[in-house]
Amino acid sequence: MTINNHSIKDIETMLHNNEITVKDLVESSLNRIKEVDDRVKAFITVDEENALKKAEQLDQNPNKDAKLFGIPGAIKDNIVTKGLRTTCGSQFLSNFTDPLYDATVVDKLHKAEAITVGKLNMDEFAMGSTTENSSYQITHNPWHLDHVPGGSSGGSAAAVAAGEVLFSLGTDTGGSIRQPAAFCGVVGMKPTYGRVSRFGAVAFASSLDQVGPITRTVEDNARILEVISGRDKMDMTSAHEDVPAFSEGLTGDVKGLKIAVPKEYLSEAVDPEVKEAVMNALKLYESLGATWEEVSLPHSKYAAAVYYIISSGEASANLARFDGVRYGVRSEKAKNMLDMFRFSRSEGFGDEVKKRMFLGAYALSSGNYEVYYKKAQQVRTLIKQDFDNVFANYDVIMGPTTPTPAFKIGEKNFDPMVVYARDVTTVPINLAGVPAISVPCGFSKEGLPFGLQIIGKHFAEQTIYRVAHAFEQATDFHKTLPQLGGAQ
Amino acid sequence: MSHVSEDKVKQLADMLRLAVTEEEATRYTEHLNKMVEYVKCLEEVDTDGVEPMTHAIELKNVMRDDEPKQWITQEQALKNAPDHENGQFRVPAILD
Repeated sequence: MTINNHSIKDIETMLHNNEITVKDLVESSLNRIKEVDDRVKAFITVDEENALKKAEQLDQNPNKDAKLFGIPGAIKDNIVTKGLRTTCGSQFLSNFTDPLYDATVVDKLHKAEAITVGKLNMDEFAMGSTTENSSYQITHNPWHLDHVPGGSSGGSAAAVAAGEVLFSLGTDTGGSIRQPAAFCGVVGMKPTYGRVSRFGAVAFASSLDQVGPITRTVEDNARILEVISGRDKMDMTSAHEDVPAFSEGLTGDVKGLKIAVPKEYLSEAVDPEVKEAVMNALKLYESLGATWEEVSLPHSKYAAAVYYIISSGEASANLARFDGVRYGVRSEKAKNMLDMFRFSRSEGFGDEVKKRMFLGAYALSSGNYEVYYKKAQQVRTLIKQDFDNVFANYDVIMGPTTPTPAFKIGEKNFDPMVVYARDVTTVPINLAGVPAISVPCGFSKEGLPFGLQIIGKHFAEQTIYRVAHAFEQATDFHKTLPQLGGAQ
Repeated sequence: MSHVSEDKVKQLADMLRLAVTEEEATRYTEHLNKMVEYVKCLEEVDTDGVEPMTHAIELKNVMRDDEPKQWITQEQALKNAPDHENGQFRVPAILD
Protein backbone atom coordinates (compact mmCIF):
# COMPACT_ATOMS: atom_id res chain seq x y z
CA MET A 1 0.00 0.00 0.00
CA THR A 2 0.94 3.68 -0.18
CA ILE A 3 -0.10 6.32 2.30
CA ASN A 4 0.54 9.44 0.34
CA ASN A 5 -2.83 9.73 -1.39
CA HIS A 6 -5.03 8.84 1.56
CA SER A 7 -6.62 10.88 4.29
CA ILE A 8 -6.60 9.79 7.92
CA LYS A 9 -10.32 9.04 7.56
CA ASP A 10 -9.67 6.73 4.56
CA ILE A 11 -6.98 4.92 6.49
CA GLU A 12 -9.25 4.56 9.49
CA THR A 13 -11.90 2.87 7.30
CA MET A 14 -9.31 0.57 5.73
CA LEU A 15 -8.01 -0.45 9.16
CA HIS A 16 -11.52 -0.95 10.46
CA ASN A 17 -12.41 -3.24 7.54
CA ASN A 18 -9.16 -5.15 8.03
CA GLU A 19 -8.02 -4.25 4.50
CA ILE A 20 -4.65 -3.22 5.93
CA THR A 21 -2.76 -3.69 9.17
CA VAL A 22 -1.01 -1.01 11.20
CA LYS A 23 2.25 -2.71 10.25
CA ASP A 24 1.43 -2.26 6.53
CA LEU A 25 0.77 1.37 7.25
CA VAL A 26 3.97 2.02 9.18
CA GLU A 27 6.03 0.03 6.67
CA SER A 28 4.62 2.09 3.83
CA SER A 29 5.65 5.26 5.66
CA LEU A 30 9.16 3.88 6.32
CA ASN A 31 9.44 2.68 2.70
CA ARG A 32 8.45 6.08 1.39
CA ILE A 33 11.11 7.66 3.63
CA LYS A 34 13.70 5.26 2.18
CA GLU A 35 12.47 6.04 -1.32
CA VAL A 36 12.53 9.85 -1.21
CA ASP A 37 14.26 11.18 1.89
CA ASP A 38 17.76 11.05 0.46
CA ARG A 39 16.47 13.78 -1.89
CA VAL A 40 14.05 15.64 0.41
CA LYS A 41 16.10 15.32 3.63
CA ALA A 42 13.18 16.08 5.92
CA PHE A 43 14.23 13.69 8.69
CA ILE A 44 17.08 14.12 11.17
CA THR A 45 16.19 10.85 12.94
CA VAL A 46 14.07 7.89 11.79
CA ASP A 47 12.98 5.55 14.56
CA GLU A 48 12.23 2.46 12.48
CA GLU A 49 12.66 -0.07 15.26
CA ASN A 50 10.25 1.46 17.76
CA ALA A 51 7.72 2.45 15.09
CA LEU A 52 7.51 -1.16 13.87
CA LYS A 53 7.40 -2.52 17.40
CA LYS A 54 4.52 -0.20 18.26
CA ALA A 55 2.72 -1.17 15.01
CA GLU A 56 2.91 -4.85 15.91
CA GLN A 57 1.60 -4.11 19.39
CA LEU A 58 -1.38 -2.24 17.96
CA ASP A 59 -2.13 -5.01 15.50
CA GLN A 60 -2.15 -7.54 18.33
CA ASN A 61 -4.10 -5.35 20.67
CA PRO A 62 -6.31 -3.13 18.57
CA ASN A 63 -8.09 -0.14 20.07
CA LYS A 64 -9.70 1.05 16.89
CA ASP A 65 -11.71 3.72 18.69
CA ALA A 66 -8.54 5.62 19.49
CA LYS A 67 -8.64 8.86 17.52
CA LEU A 68 -5.38 8.30 15.65
CA PHE A 69 -5.14 4.54 15.79
CA GLY A 70 -1.97 3.46 13.98
CA ILE A 71 -1.50 6.75 12.12
CA PRO A 72 2.19 7.41 11.33
CA GLY A 73 3.40 10.93 12.02
CA ALA A 74 6.63 12.76 12.73
CA ILE A 75 7.67 15.50 15.12
CA LYS A 76 9.71 18.67 14.66
CA ASP A 77 13.04 18.20 16.40
CA ASN A 78 12.47 20.93 19.00
CA ILE A 79 9.69 18.93 20.66
CA VAL A 80 11.07 16.44 23.16
CA THR A 81 10.44 12.74 22.71
CA LYS A 82 11.28 10.30 25.48
CA GLY A 83 14.35 8.24 24.61
CA LEU A 84 14.45 9.66 21.07
CA ARG A 85 17.17 12.15 20.17
CA THR A 86 15.98 15.77 20.12
CA THR A 87 18.44 18.23 18.55
CA CYS A 88 16.54 21.48 17.85
CA GLY A 89 18.48 21.44 14.56
CA SER A 90 21.57 22.39 16.56
CA GLN A 91 24.94 20.67 16.90
CA PHE A 92 24.81 21.83 20.54
CA LEU A 93 22.25 19.06 21.19
CA SER A 94 23.72 16.43 18.87
CA ASN A 95 24.32 14.21 21.92
CA PHE A 96 20.89 14.75 23.50
CA THR A 97 19.93 11.18 22.73
CA ASP A 98 17.91 10.34 25.78
CA PRO A 99 15.25 12.94 26.68
CA LEU A 100 13.56 11.93 29.91
CA TYR A 101 9.94 12.63 29.02
CA ASP A 102 7.56 13.20 26.14
CA ALA A 103 6.25 16.69 25.48
CA THR A 104 2.54 16.91 26.35
CA VAL A 105 1.64 17.04 22.63
CA VAL A 106 3.60 13.85 21.96
CA ASP A 107 2.08 12.14 24.98
CA LYS A 108 -1.39 13.06 23.71
CA LEU A 109 -0.64 11.74 20.22
CA HIS A 110 0.61 8.47 21.68
CA LYS A 111 -2.44 8.14 23.94
CA ALA A 112 -4.53 8.48 20.75
CA GLU A 113 -2.37 5.59 19.37
CA ALA A 114 -0.55 7.60 16.71
CA ILE A 115 2.92 6.27 15.87
CA THR A 116 6.00 8.50 15.81
CA VAL A 117 8.30 7.45 12.98
CA GLY A 118 10.94 10.13 13.47
CA LYS A 119 12.14 13.67 14.10
CA LEU A 120 12.15 16.44 11.53
CA ASN A 121 14.70 18.97 10.36
CA MET A 122 14.40 22.65 11.23
CA ASP A 123 16.30 25.92 11.38
CA GLU A 124 18.48 25.88 14.48
CA PHE A 125 16.31 26.59 17.55
CA ALA A 126 13.53 27.55 15.08
CA MET A 127 15.36 30.73 14.03
CA GLY A 128 15.04 31.07 10.28
CA SER A 129 12.57 30.70 7.46
CA THR A 130 14.28 28.34 4.99
CA THR A 131 15.54 25.29 6.98
CA GLU A 132 18.97 26.04 5.46
CA ASN A 133 20.01 27.14 8.93
CA SER A 134 20.16 23.62 10.40
CA SER A 135 23.39 22.10 11.73
CA TYR A 136 22.49 18.79 10.06
CA GLN A 137 21.25 19.18 6.49
CA ILE A 138 19.33 21.36 4.08
CA THR A 139 15.78 20.17 3.48
CA HIS A 140 14.57 20.36 -0.12
CA ASN A 141 11.13 21.42 -1.32
CA PRO A 142 9.40 18.26 -2.65
CA TRP A 143 7.84 20.27 -5.51
CA HIS A 144 11.18 21.60 -6.75
CA LEU A 145 14.22 20.09 -5.12
CA ASP A 146 16.39 23.15 -5.79
CA HIS A 147 13.99 25.29 -3.74
CA VAL A 148 13.69 25.68 0.03
CA PRO A 149 10.74 24.15 1.89
CA GLY A 150 10.44 27.31 4.02
CA GLY A 151 10.99 27.25 7.74
CA SER A 152 11.60 26.95 10.45
CA SER A 153 9.31 23.85 10.35
CA GLY A 154 10.62 22.98 6.86
CA GLY A 155 11.15 19.30 7.62
CA SER A 156 7.61 19.06 9.01
CA ALA A 157 6.03 20.53 5.86
CA ALA A 158 8.29 18.67 3.41
CA ALA A 159 7.70 15.26 5.07
CA VAL A 160 3.93 15.61 4.68
CA ALA A 161 4.15 17.00 1.13
CA ALA A 162 6.46 14.14 0.10
CA GLY A 163 4.01 11.58 1.47
CA GLU A 164 6.44 10.25 4.07
CA VAL A 165 3.97 10.64 6.96
CA LEU A 166 0.27 11.46 7.27
CA PHE A 167 0.87 14.33 9.66
CA SER A 168 3.60 16.21 11.45
CA LEU A 169 3.89 18.69 14.26
CA GLY A 170 5.65 22.02 13.84
CA THR A 171 6.10 25.11 15.97
CA ASP A 172 5.21 28.66 14.95
CA THR A 173 6.75 31.73 16.59
CA GLY A 174 6.50 34.16 13.66
CA GLY A 175 5.17 32.04 10.78
CA SER A 176 7.18 28.83 11.13
CA ILE A 177 4.25 26.47 10.50
CA ARG A 178 2.22 28.52 7.99
CA GLN A 179 5.04 29.69 5.71
CA PRO A 180 6.54 26.21 5.09
CA ALA A 181 3.01 24.79 4.72
CA ALA A 182 2.37 27.39 1.99
CA PHE A 183 5.72 26.68 0.29
CA CYS A 184 5.11 22.91 0.32
CA GLY A 185 1.42 22.94 -0.68
CA VAL A 186 0.08 21.46 2.57
CA VAL A 187 -2.22 22.57 5.39
CA GLY A 188 -0.58 24.18 8.43
CA MET A 189 -2.32 25.55 11.52
CA LYS A 190 -0.95 27.94 14.13
CA PRO A 191 -3.47 27.65 16.95
CA THR A 192 -4.47 30.42 19.35
CA TYR A 193 -1.73 31.12 21.88
CA GLY A 194 -2.55 28.87 24.84
CA ARG A 195 -4.68 26.39 22.87
CA VAL A 196 -1.90 23.79 22.84
CA SER A 197 0.48 23.02 25.69
CA ARG A 198 4.07 24.14 25.20
CA PHE A 199 5.40 21.73 27.83
CA GLY A 200 8.30 19.92 26.21
CA ALA A 201 8.48 22.24 23.21
CA VAL A 202 11.94 23.80 23.54
CA ALA A 203 11.26 27.50 24.10
CA PHE A 204 12.31 30.10 21.54
CA ALA A 205 10.03 33.05 22.44
CA SER A 206 7.64 31.97 25.16
CA SER A 207 4.98 34.64 24.61
CA LEU A 208 4.72 33.75 20.88
CA ASP A 209 5.49 30.02 20.45
CA GLN A 210 2.70 27.58 19.60
CA VAL A 211 2.78 23.96 18.50
CA GLY A 212 0.48 23.03 15.60
CA PRO A 213 -0.28 20.33 13.01
CA ILE A 214 0.75 20.05 9.35
CA THR A 215 -1.30 17.68 7.16
CA ARG A 216 -2.40 17.23 3.57
CA THR A 217 -6.08 18.03 4.22
CA VAL A 218 -8.06 20.36 6.47
CA GLU A 219 -10.02 17.52 8.03
CA ASP A 220 -6.84 15.67 8.98
CA ASN A 221 -5.49 18.86 10.47
CA ALA A 222 -8.63 19.39 12.56
CA ARG A 223 -8.32 15.84 13.89
CA ILE A 224 -4.75 16.29 15.02
CA LEU A 225 -5.48 19.63 16.70
CA GLU A 226 -8.41 18.04 18.52
CA VAL A 227 -6.03 15.49 20.00
CA ILE A 228 -3.19 17.81 21.02
CA SER A 229 -5.23 20.76 22.38
CA GLY A 230 -6.31 21.54 25.89
CA ARG A 231 -5.34 22.79 29.29
CA ASP A 232 -2.16 21.25 30.66
CA LYS A 233 -1.18 21.76 34.26
CA MET A 234 2.46 21.49 33.17
CA ASP A 235 2.09 24.70 31.10
CA MET A 236 0.76 27.58 33.16
CA THR A 237 0.05 29.58 29.98
CA SER A 238 -2.17 26.91 28.46
CA ALA A 239 -5.76 28.10 28.31
CA HIS A 240 -8.74 26.92 30.36
CA GLU A 241 -10.87 26.60 27.22
CA ASP A 242 -13.02 23.72 26.09
CA VAL A 243 -11.77 21.92 23.00
CA PRO A 244 -14.53 21.53 20.41
CA ALA A 245 -14.53 18.54 18.05
CA PHE A 246 -12.97 20.59 15.26
CA SER A 247 -13.28 17.82 12.66
CA GLU A 248 -17.02 17.55 13.23
CA GLY A 249 -17.78 21.14 12.35
CA LEU A 250 -16.80 20.90 8.69
CA THR A 251 -20.19 21.65 7.21
CA GLY A 252 -19.06 23.36 4.02
CA ASP A 253 -21.38 26.24 4.88
CA VAL A 254 -19.92 29.74 4.54
CA LYS A 255 -23.17 31.57 3.71
CA GLY A 256 -23.19 35.02 5.26
CA LEU A 257 -19.52 34.76 6.27
CA LYS A 258 -17.89 38.20 6.47
CA ILE A 259 -14.32 38.22 5.23
CA ALA A 260 -11.86 41.08 5.80
CA VAL A 261 -8.89 41.50 3.45
CA PRO A 262 -6.18 43.81 4.83
CA LYS A 263 -4.70 46.03 2.17
CA GLU A 264 -1.33 45.68 3.93
CA TYR A 265 -1.29 41.96 2.99
CA LEU A 266 -1.69 42.68 -0.73
CA SER A 267 0.96 45.35 -1.17
CA GLU A 268 3.01 45.86 -4.33
CA ALA A 269 5.64 43.45 -3.01
CA VAL A 270 3.20 40.55 -3.44
CA ASP A 271 3.90 38.44 -6.52
CA PRO A 272 1.15 38.99 -9.15
CA GLU A 273 0.52 35.25 -9.45
CA VAL A 274 0.02 34.99 -5.68
CA LYS A 275 -2.31 37.98 -5.71
CA GLU A 276 -4.34 36.43 -8.51
CA ALA A 277 -4.65 33.14 -6.59
CA VAL A 278 -5.93 35.03 -3.52
CA MET A 279 -8.41 37.04 -5.60
CA ASN A 280 -9.67 33.81 -7.16
CA ALA A 281 -10.14 32.35 -3.69
CA LEU A 282 -12.16 35.40 -2.65
CA LYS A 283 -14.35 35.05 -5.75
CA LEU A 284 -14.92 31.42 -4.88
CA TYR A 285 -16.02 32.38 -1.37
CA GLU A 286 -18.40 34.93 -2.88
CA SER A 287 -19.91 32.21 -5.05
CA LEU A 288 -20.43 30.15 -1.88
CA GLY A 289 -22.37 32.97 -0.24
CA ALA A 290 -19.67 34.86 1.67
CA THR A 291 -18.84 38.56 1.29
CA TRP A 292 -15.50 40.31 1.51
CA GLU A 293 -14.24 43.87 1.97
CA GLU A 294 -10.90 45.55 2.12
CA VAL A 295 -9.80 46.68 5.59
CA SER A 296 -6.66 48.08 7.18
CA LEU A 297 -4.40 46.75 9.94
CA PRO A 298 -2.48 50.02 10.16
CA HIS A 299 0.26 48.91 12.57
CA SER A 300 1.27 45.89 10.45
CA LYS A 301 4.34 47.68 9.14
CA TYR A 302 5.80 47.82 12.65
CA ALA A 303 5.18 44.13 13.35
CA ALA A 304 8.58 42.92 12.15
CA ALA A 305 10.46 45.39 14.38
CA VAL A 306 8.29 44.50 17.37
CA TYR A 307 8.75 40.81 16.63
CA TYR A 308 12.54 40.99 16.41
CA ILE A 309 12.84 42.83 19.71
CA ILE A 310 10.40 40.68 21.67
CA SER A 311 11.33 37.29 20.22
CA SER A 312 15.07 37.95 20.48
CA GLY A 313 14.71 39.25 24.03
CA GLU A 314 12.82 36.16 25.09
CA ALA A 315 15.24 33.91 23.19
CA SER A 316 18.32 35.40 24.85
CA ALA A 317 16.80 34.50 28.22
CA ASN A 318 15.47 31.07 27.17
CA LEU A 319 18.78 29.98 25.65
CA ALA A 320 20.60 30.64 28.92
CA ARG A 321 19.75 27.07 29.94
CA PHE A 322 22.23 25.63 27.44
CA ASP A 323 25.35 25.54 29.54
CA GLY A 324 27.10 22.25 28.71
CA VAL A 325 26.45 20.87 32.19
CA ARG A 326 23.16 18.94 32.21
CA TYR A 327 22.88 18.15 28.50
CA GLY A 328 24.42 19.25 25.22
CA VAL A 329 27.97 19.20 23.92
CA ARG A 330 30.67 20.58 26.21
CA SER A 331 33.71 22.30 24.73
CA GLU A 332 36.93 20.37 25.16
CA LYS A 333 38.96 23.55 25.43
CA ALA A 334 37.77 24.89 28.76
CA LYS A 335 40.09 24.83 31.79
CA ASN A 336 37.69 26.55 34.19
CA MET A 337 33.93 26.71 34.59
CA LEU A 338 33.38 30.17 33.14
CA ASP A 339 35.29 29.22 30.00
CA MET A 340 33.29 26.00 29.84
CA PHE A 341 30.10 28.07 29.51
CA ARG A 342 31.65 30.52 27.05
CA PHE A 343 33.35 27.98 24.79
CA SER A 344 30.52 25.45 24.87
CA ARG A 345 28.00 28.12 23.90
CA SER A 346 30.24 29.66 21.24
CA GLU A 347 30.93 26.30 19.63
CA GLY A 348 27.39 25.01 20.15
CA PHE A 349 25.25 27.87 18.84
CA GLY A 350 25.22 28.86 15.18
CA ASP A 351 25.59 32.36 13.75
CA GLU A 352 21.89 33.27 13.41
CA VAL A 353 21.18 32.20 16.98
CA LYS A 354 24.02 34.37 18.26
CA LYS A 355 22.86 37.39 16.24
CA ARG A 356 19.44 37.15 17.85
CA MET A 357 20.92 36.70 21.33
CA PHE A 358 22.94 39.90 20.87
CA LEU A 359 19.86 41.84 19.77
CA GLY A 360 17.82 40.42 22.64
CA ALA A 361 20.45 41.13 25.28
CA TYR A 362 20.94 44.64 23.89
CA ALA A 363 17.20 45.42 23.93
CA LEU A 364 16.89 44.15 27.49
CA SER A 365 20.03 45.70 28.91
CA SER A 366 19.73 48.51 31.43
CA GLY A 367 19.12 51.87 29.82
CA ASN A 368 17.67 50.22 26.71
CA TYR A 369 14.73 48.41 28.21
CA GLU A 370 12.35 51.38 28.05
CA VAL A 371 13.53 52.52 24.63
CA TYR A 372 13.30 49.16 22.90
CA TYR A 373 11.64 46.38 24.85
CA LYS A 374 8.85 48.29 26.56
CA LYS A 375 8.25 50.30 23.39
CA ALA A 376 7.90 47.07 21.41
CA GLN A 377 5.43 45.71 23.96
CA GLN A 378 3.37 48.89 23.65
CA VAL A 379 3.29 48.70 19.86
CA ARG A 380 2.32 45.02 20.26
CA THR A 381 -0.79 46.25 22.10
CA LEU A 382 -1.64 48.47 19.11
CA ILE A 383 -1.12 45.57 16.70
CA LYS A 384 -3.51 43.43 18.73
CA GLN A 385 -6.04 46.29 18.81
CA ASP A 386 -5.92 46.42 14.98
CA PHE A 387 -7.14 42.81 14.95
CA ASP A 388 -9.78 43.49 17.65
CA ASN A 389 -11.14 46.37 15.58
CA VAL A 390 -11.45 44.29 12.42
CA PHE A 391 -12.90 41.28 14.24
CA ALA A 392 -15.62 43.50 15.72
CA ASN A 393 -17.16 43.55 12.23
CA TYR A 394 -15.83 40.49 10.41
CA ASP A 395 -15.63 36.74 11.00
CA VAL A 396 -12.25 35.99 9.42
CA ILE A 397 -9.30 37.80 7.86
CA MET A 398 -7.77 36.48 4.63
CA GLY A 399 -4.72 37.11 2.53
CA PRO A 400 -1.72 35.32 1.09
CA THR A 401 0.32 33.30 3.62
CA THR A 402 3.49 34.49 1.88
CA PRO A 403 3.99 37.17 -0.79
CA THR A 404 5.95 34.81 -3.06
CA PRO A 405 6.30 31.08 -3.63
CA ALA A 406 9.39 29.25 -2.29
CA PHE A 407 12.76 30.74 -3.23
CA LYS A 408 15.83 28.89 -4.40
CA ILE A 409 18.25 27.26 -1.99
CA GLY A 410 21.20 29.60 -1.39
CA GLU A 411 19.34 32.68 -2.62
CA LYS A 412 20.44 34.91 0.23
CA ASN A 413 20.11 38.34 -1.32
CA PHE A 414 16.50 39.12 -0.76
CA ASP A 415 14.90 42.31 -1.91
CA PRO A 416 14.30 44.16 1.41
CA MET A 417 10.78 45.02 0.25
CA VAL A 418 10.01 41.32 -0.12
CA VAL A 419 11.50 40.49 3.26
CA TYR A 420 9.33 43.18 4.80
CA ALA A 421 6.21 41.94 2.99
CA ARG A 422 6.99 38.40 4.10
CA ASP A 423 7.01 39.30 7.78
CA VAL A 424 3.91 41.46 7.41
CA THR A 425 1.65 38.51 6.58
CA THR A 426 2.78 36.12 9.31
CA VAL A 427 4.36 37.87 12.31
CA PRO A 428 1.40 40.06 13.45
CA ILE A 429 -0.68 36.91 13.97
CA ASN A 430 1.71 35.61 16.63
CA LEU A 431 1.96 39.03 18.27
CA ALA A 432 -1.84 39.21 18.55
CA GLY A 433 -2.02 35.54 19.63
CA VAL A 434 -4.81 34.75 17.15
CA PRO A 435 -5.09 31.45 15.24
CA ALA A 436 -4.39 31.14 11.50
CA ILE A 437 -4.22 28.40 8.90
CA SER A 438 -2.50 28.14 5.53
CA VAL A 439 -4.30 26.11 2.85
CA PRO A 440 -3.07 25.44 -0.71
CA CYS A 441 -4.63 27.94 -3.15
CA GLY A 442 -2.68 27.59 -6.40
CA PHE A 443 0.59 27.00 -8.20
CA SER A 444 3.07 29.25 -9.97
CA LYS A 445 3.97 28.69 -13.65
CA GLU A 446 7.00 26.82 -12.32
CA GLY A 447 4.74 24.52 -10.33
CA LEU A 448 5.45 25.93 -6.86
CA PRO A 449 2.50 26.05 -4.43
CA PHE A 450 0.88 29.14 -2.85
CA GLY A 451 -1.00 29.33 0.44
CA LEU A 452 -4.17 31.16 1.40
CA GLN A 453 -4.06 32.35 5.00
CA ILE A 454 -7.26 32.42 7.04
CA ILE A 455 -7.03 34.18 10.39
CA GLY A 456 -9.68 33.93 13.11
CA LYS A 457 -10.57 35.39 16.47
CA HIS A 458 -8.97 34.01 19.63
CA PHE A 459 -10.05 30.36 20.06
CA ALA A 460 -12.08 30.40 16.80
CA GLU A 461 -10.19 27.48 15.25
CA GLN A 462 -13.50 25.80 14.51
CA THR A 463 -14.58 28.69 12.28
CA ILE A 464 -11.19 28.67 10.53
CA TYR A 465 -11.42 24.94 9.84
CA ARG A 466 -14.97 25.24 8.50
CA VAL A 467 -14.00 28.10 6.19
CA ALA A 468 -10.78 26.39 5.03
CA HIS A 469 -12.59 23.11 4.45
CA ALA A 470 -15.27 24.79 2.29
CA PHE A 471 -12.50 26.18 0.07
CA GLU A 472 -10.64 22.89 -0.10
CA GLN A 473 -13.77 20.98 -1.09
CA ALA A 474 -14.44 23.42 -3.91
CA THR A 475 -10.87 23.20 -5.29
CA ASP A 476 -8.40 20.51 -6.37
CA PHE A 477 -5.10 21.99 -5.20
CA HIS A 478 -4.74 19.52 -2.32
CA LYS A 479 -5.17 16.58 -4.69
CA THR A 480 -2.05 17.34 -6.70
CA LEU A 481 1.08 15.60 -5.42
CA PRO A 482 4.71 16.56 -6.02
CA GLN A 483 6.41 14.44 -8.69
CA LEU A 484 9.05 12.67 -6.64
CA GLY A 485 8.62 9.37 -8.41
CA GLY A 486 7.99 6.07 -6.73
CA ALA A 487 4.59 4.85 -5.68
CA GLN A 488 2.18 7.79 -5.69
CA MET B 1 25.05 55.07 11.41
CA SER B 2 26.53 53.49 14.49
CA HIS B 3 24.43 53.00 17.62
CA VAL B 4 26.38 50.23 19.29
CA SER B 5 30.16 50.08 19.77
CA GLU B 6 32.28 46.99 19.47
CA ASP B 7 33.11 47.31 23.16
CA LYS B 8 29.42 47.18 24.01
CA VAL B 9 29.10 44.00 21.94
CA LYS B 10 32.01 42.44 23.82
CA GLN B 11 30.30 43.38 27.06
CA LEU B 12 27.06 41.77 25.84
CA ALA B 13 29.03 38.68 24.81
CA ASP B 14 30.32 38.49 28.35
CA MET B 15 26.80 38.66 29.77
CA LEU B 16 25.61 36.06 27.25
CA ARG B 17 28.51 33.78 28.18
CA LEU B 18 29.73 33.71 24.59
CA ALA B 19 33.39 33.74 23.62
CA VAL B 20 33.85 35.93 20.51
CA THR B 21 36.91 36.51 18.36
CA GLU B 22 37.83 40.02 17.16
CA GLU B 23 36.45 39.19 13.72
CA GLU B 24 33.17 37.98 15.23
CA ALA B 25 32.89 41.04 17.46
CA THR B 26 33.19 43.27 14.36
CA ARG B 27 30.64 41.22 12.46
CA TYR B 28 28.09 41.06 15.28
CA THR B 29 28.51 44.79 15.93
CA GLU B 30 27.76 45.50 12.29
CA HIS B 31 24.68 43.28 12.33
CA LEU B 32 23.41 44.64 15.63
CA ASN B 33 23.72 48.20 14.33
CA LYS B 34 21.66 47.30 11.27
CA MET B 35 18.95 45.78 13.44
CA VAL B 36 18.92 48.72 15.85
CA GLU B 37 18.67 51.10 12.91
CA TYR B 38 15.73 49.08 11.58
CA VAL B 39 13.80 48.90 14.85
CA LYS B 40 14.14 52.68 15.23
CA CYS B 41 11.00 52.88 13.07
CA LEU B 42 9.04 52.24 16.28
CA GLU B 43 9.96 55.75 17.46
CA GLU B 44 7.40 57.22 15.07
CA VAL B 45 4.53 55.37 16.79
CA ASP B 46 2.71 57.35 19.46
CA THR B 47 2.50 55.03 22.45
CA ASP B 48 1.64 57.58 25.13
CA GLY B 49 -0.61 55.91 27.66
CA VAL B 50 -0.56 52.56 25.83
CA GLU B 51 -0.20 49.57 28.13
CA PRO B 52 2.66 47.23 27.26
CA MET B 53 1.40 43.81 26.17
CA THR B 54 3.14 40.97 27.96
CA HIS B 55 0.85 38.13 26.94
CA ALA B 56 -1.15 37.17 23.89
CA ILE B 57 -4.24 36.06 25.74
CA GLU B 58 -5.73 37.13 29.04
CA LEU B 59 -4.27 35.06 31.80
CA LYS B 60 -5.22 34.83 35.39
CA ASN B 61 -2.75 33.85 38.03
CA VAL B 62 -3.07 30.11 38.46
CA MET B 63 -2.31 28.39 41.73
CA ARG B 64 -1.59 24.74 42.02
CA ASP B 65 -1.29 22.45 45.00
CA ASP B 66 2.21 22.34 46.37
CA GLU B 67 2.63 18.60 46.52
CA PRO B 68 5.90 16.71 46.39
CA LYS B 69 5.99 14.17 43.58
CA GLN B 70 8.43 11.83 41.93
CA TRP B 71 9.75 13.53 38.81
CA ILE B 72 13.08 12.15 37.69
CA THR B 73 15.65 10.14 39.55
CA GLN B 74 19.22 11.25 40.15
CA GLU B 75 20.37 8.62 37.68
CA GLN B 76 18.00 9.94 35.00
CA ALA B 77 19.05 13.52 35.63
CA LEU B 78 22.65 12.57 34.87
CA LYS B 79 21.85 10.52 31.78
CA ASN B 80 22.40 13.26 29.21
CA ALA B 81 25.19 15.08 31.04
CA PRO B 82 28.55 15.40 29.27
CA ASP B 83 30.38 14.59 32.52
CA HIS B 84 29.38 13.28 35.93
CA GLU B 85 30.92 11.55 38.93
CA ASN B 86 29.54 10.03 42.14
CA GLY B 87 26.00 10.92 41.20
CA GLN B 88 26.79 14.58 40.56
CA PHE B 89 27.44 16.81 37.55
CA ARG B 90 31.15 17.31 37.11
CA VAL B 91 32.50 20.66 35.85
CA PRO B 92 36.03 22.10 35.46
CA ALA B 93 37.55 24.10 38.30
CA ILE B 94 35.44 27.06 39.36
CA LEU B 95 38.58 28.93 40.41
CA ASP B 96 41.77 28.69 38.37
